[in-house]
Amino acid sequence: MIAAPLSTHLAPINVQLAEYSELFMLISAFIYTLAFILFTVDTVRSSATIRRVEAELSAEQQRERAQRLVGASAPNDAVAPNDAAPPRASDEDLVDDDLAYVGTTRPFANVAVALTAVAAAAHGFAVVARGLAASRWPTANMFEFLTAAALVVSVVYLAGLIRRDLRFLGVFVLGLVVTMMAGATIGFPTPIGHVQPALQSPWIAIHVTLAVLAMAVFTLTFAMNLLQLLQSRRERVLDGAPKGRFERGLATNQFMRLVPSAFSLESWAYRLNAVGFVFWTLGPMITGAIWANESWGRYWGWDPKEVWTFVIWVVYAGYLHARATRGWTGNRAAWLSIIGFICIIINYTVVNMWFPGLHSYAGLPE
Amino acid sequence: MSTENDAAPETQPSAHRDNAREDALNEAQGVAKKDVTAPALGVTGMLRWAWTQLTSMRTALMLLLLLAIAAVPGSIFPQRVQDSFAVRTYIEDNPTLGPILDFFQIFDVYSSVWFSAIYILLFISLIGCIVPRTRKHYQQMVSPPPRTPRRLERLPEYGALELEAAGEATSPEQALSDAASMLKKRRYRVDVRRNGDGTGSVGAEKGYLREIGNIVFHVSLVGVLIFVAAGAMFSYRGQKVMIEDEAFVNALVAYDNFYPGTWFQEENLEPFSIRLDSFERAFDRQLFNGEPNPHYGQALDFTADVTVQDGPEAEPEQTELKVNHPLSLGGGAQIYLVGNGYAPVVTVRDGEGEVAFSGPVITRPDDPVYTSMAVVKAPDASPEQLGFVGLFLPTAHDTGDGLAISADPELGNPELHLNSYAGDLGLDEGVPQNVYVLDTEDLTELNTRETEHGAITLALGETHQLPDGLGSIEFEEVQDYIAIDIHYNPGTTYILIFAMTATAGLIASLFLRRRRAWVTVEANEHGRTLVKYGLLARGEDFRLRDENIALRTQFEKAWPVRPPEENNES
Ligand code: HEM
Repeated sequence: MIAAPLSTHLAPINVQLAEYSELFMLISAFIYTLAFILFTVDTVRSSATIRRVEAELSAEQQRERAQRLVGASAPNDAVAPNDAAPPRASDEDLVDDDLAYVGTTRPFANVAVALTAVAAAAHGFAVVARGLAASRWPTANMFEFLTAAALVVSVVYLAGLIRRDLRFLGVFVLGLVVTMMAGATIGFPTPIGHVQPALQSPWIAIHVTLAVLAMAVFTLTFAMNLLQLLQSRRERVLDGAPKGRFERGLATNQFMRLVPSAFSLESWAYRLNAVGFVFWTLGPMITGAIWANESWGRYWGWDPKEVWTFVIWVVYAGYLHARATRGWTGNRAAWLSIIGFICIIINYTVVNMWFPGLHSYAGLPE
Repeated sequence: MSTENDAAPETQPSAHRDNAREDALNEAQGVAKKDVTAPALGVTGMLRWAWTQLTSMRTALMLLLLLAIAAVPGSIFPQRVQDSFAVRTYIEDNPTLGPILDFFQIFDVYSSVWFSAIYILLFISLIGCIVPRTRKHYQQMVSPPPRTPRRLERLPEYGALELEAAGEATSPEQALSDAASMLKKRRYRVDVRRNGDGTGSVGAEKGYLREIGNIVFHVSLVGVLIFVAAGAMFSYRGQKVMIEDEAFVNALVAYDNFYPGTWFQEENLEPFSIRLDSFERAFDRQLFNGEPNPHYGQALDFTADVTVQDGPEAEPEQTELKVNHPLSLGGGAQIYLVGNGYAPVVTVRDGEGEVAFSGPVITRPDDPVYTSMAVVKAPDASPEQLGFVGLFLPTAHDTGDGLAISADPELGNPELHLNSYAGDLGLDEGVPQNVYVLDTEDLTELNTRETEHGAITLALGETHQLPDGLGSIEFEEVQDYIAIDIHYNPGTTYILIFAMTATAGLIASLFLRRRRAWVTVEANEHGRTLVKYGLLARGEDFRLRDENIALRTQFEKAWPVRPPEENNES
């Protein structure tokens, strides 16, 4: 399928592979959407999940009671007298502060996780194939950036799921992944191709990959910090604080019972934010400056992109400080983490699209 | 019971005012919090109070957040460091708002008084923070670990073991030294505090590198700032457009634009030279199924073949200059390929038949197909000065309605499409003029689409006669030109070094764990040895529980421990 020879040093585009890449990108977007729907169903059916846990608890209690009544011999009285009220699942039965799996059965969420894994595999193939087809690192334009970021978000989420029960984040994470995939394919469809000379640098691989990793981590912490704010309000209400309509709703919200405590969310968000901050320092800040110095002859020039990279870095530094500042720990610090993520969103939407920057290459200096 | 051992003074230097981590630590260790007292009267008291405020964590946090907010306007409004032309246009377009914004330095955010004030205060606060912290940490490193708290069970991680009575092997003395050596093996720094009767305690601490990392990080930020400032002072940068076969010698007069740092001196310019021998562009020419691919014609590679001479004595040397691959010449100056374009060679003859202008004209490409702005000025022409404005099209293609566009960036069918003017070009008044702009307001139109003679279209080799016998213009050939930037900034290497040490310090500070451990050994009323231990983290430590388990496992391996049911602690 490879046609005319190129007049350059670059290998020609592999058209066949590029077509496969596009196909698999669409397939993965479709499966992600399914996973998102299932996560939503799981969230909506939180009370069913809780009832299932309670049923299991009550079955267990009955078994224990029967064992006590009948002695050591195996009981086979399925119709044990049900005199006690069914137990109410306590928070420890539903979630663990270390985010360990506690055996809560959530069939919809489990299928959603499996679908996410399948989608991520197809997605990974699509991204790699795109890079191979053009013989370059596949993060050179808005389309590729968004799809790569979505891939890293879902892979980081899946990696977290191996050891930790992060199913409560599913709706948020998959919602974001689907948004990014839709944004890429609808908002910025870009046919595969080579890139302008300025982007032909090994730094693009390191620089953009670290930025995307940082974004993936910050996405998780954003969702955690948001839930933390809600959860701590709910906890205050349950402790008897006065409540308005919103708080009453929160207190009776079943999904929030499947979410870890505010304290646990806070400390997990911090652990991840620390990792994200190191990625951001190394990626957008340091390797960005190195590359800018190599390409444009200055390591830092306050281009709108650079301004926002700096703003984000300072906001997260503020977050790390806030957690060590009297009166700023807990919810106030969480707000800073949320603001940091909003800045990231601004950086990749508003700034990319509407603020003029240094990204054209044939022009003359003033 | 535990001994009272005088450890490092527990005073609170100003650096730790407002530090929530210190609060938590003191609470866990049962140390009374000594807060900063209200300002004493008098000038020194006030000054000390102000200093304490400035170096508090809360102020640092506020200044950080302020810095983030203050940086934002620079991405919304054009900045002079970026694009001074855009700033001028903005002020012209907004005659009321523009000057007001300019007064508040909104177009120079990053060198503005208010932005500078914020970061200078932040860095003063930072230094005021690092110095006492470094002193305190040094004291802690050279003095024994903190005294053993009276009640270990109040620490976040705690455990107790009762040892079987097995003579010497489980005597309190032996258990105490066992515990000390086990902690040492776990890389704690250990201090054994013996009471007269064989009982006693061990105080241990590890992870000093965490705080060192934090200090290194903050010091490195100061280093980065210093070299950013110093680098900018001694730096220079400049721009030069070079046509094929033209040479550039690094001297002030040779630059088209030159921006020196505050402390730049002309003798800092190292005398190197560079000549453009030829220039090649490569474009995407791949066909998909015989059709141009979607990126057909996109620029893929620019290569300038140049001859450089690194100093008057050095041998001339042929090399390549490419995007992303700057040349380093003259002891640290970097040469970048930042632009390129076509320079059609034209000759203008005036009404008397004399050559009024002859040579390459630098045109400014406007789009990926190199539709380029062309301006030709012939101030020496007589009887009237002549000026031309228009487009250079590398591959001209007639759209049918009389307008031509460029269909390709390479020289397929090069054409000049020009309007011509006669009159005073305004070059004699000494007002500096942009060579790429011709102000046509006061000139007489000769050839335009509106005049009877129509606009000029010139193919390669053609000549056009101007109306009224005012002269002619001939399009002879096309040359290439490149635009290079020359940058010299002695700070960059040091900035990079400090950025690396900052990162290393940051990683140490975020991921190393600073722990304190205490073990007390006593004899209980049954004559058995009772070992209690407690753990405390300084700063975040999510694995303290694991450390507890590891320690306990080690203890149980070393000693015959009585099962917990039989433990009798009271
Ligand atoms: C230039 C501005 C500053 C930046 C970018 C910055 C950044 C950071 C970062 C990223 C951390 C996290 C590392 C960690 O948690 O161990 C940190 C910690 C810390 N910073 Fe700064 N900092 C700045 C200025 C200051 C100032 C002015 C102070 C003095 C009040 C200060 C005091 C501290 C302290 C005490 C910690 C340790 C917190 C803890 O116990 O975990 N910093 N800083």
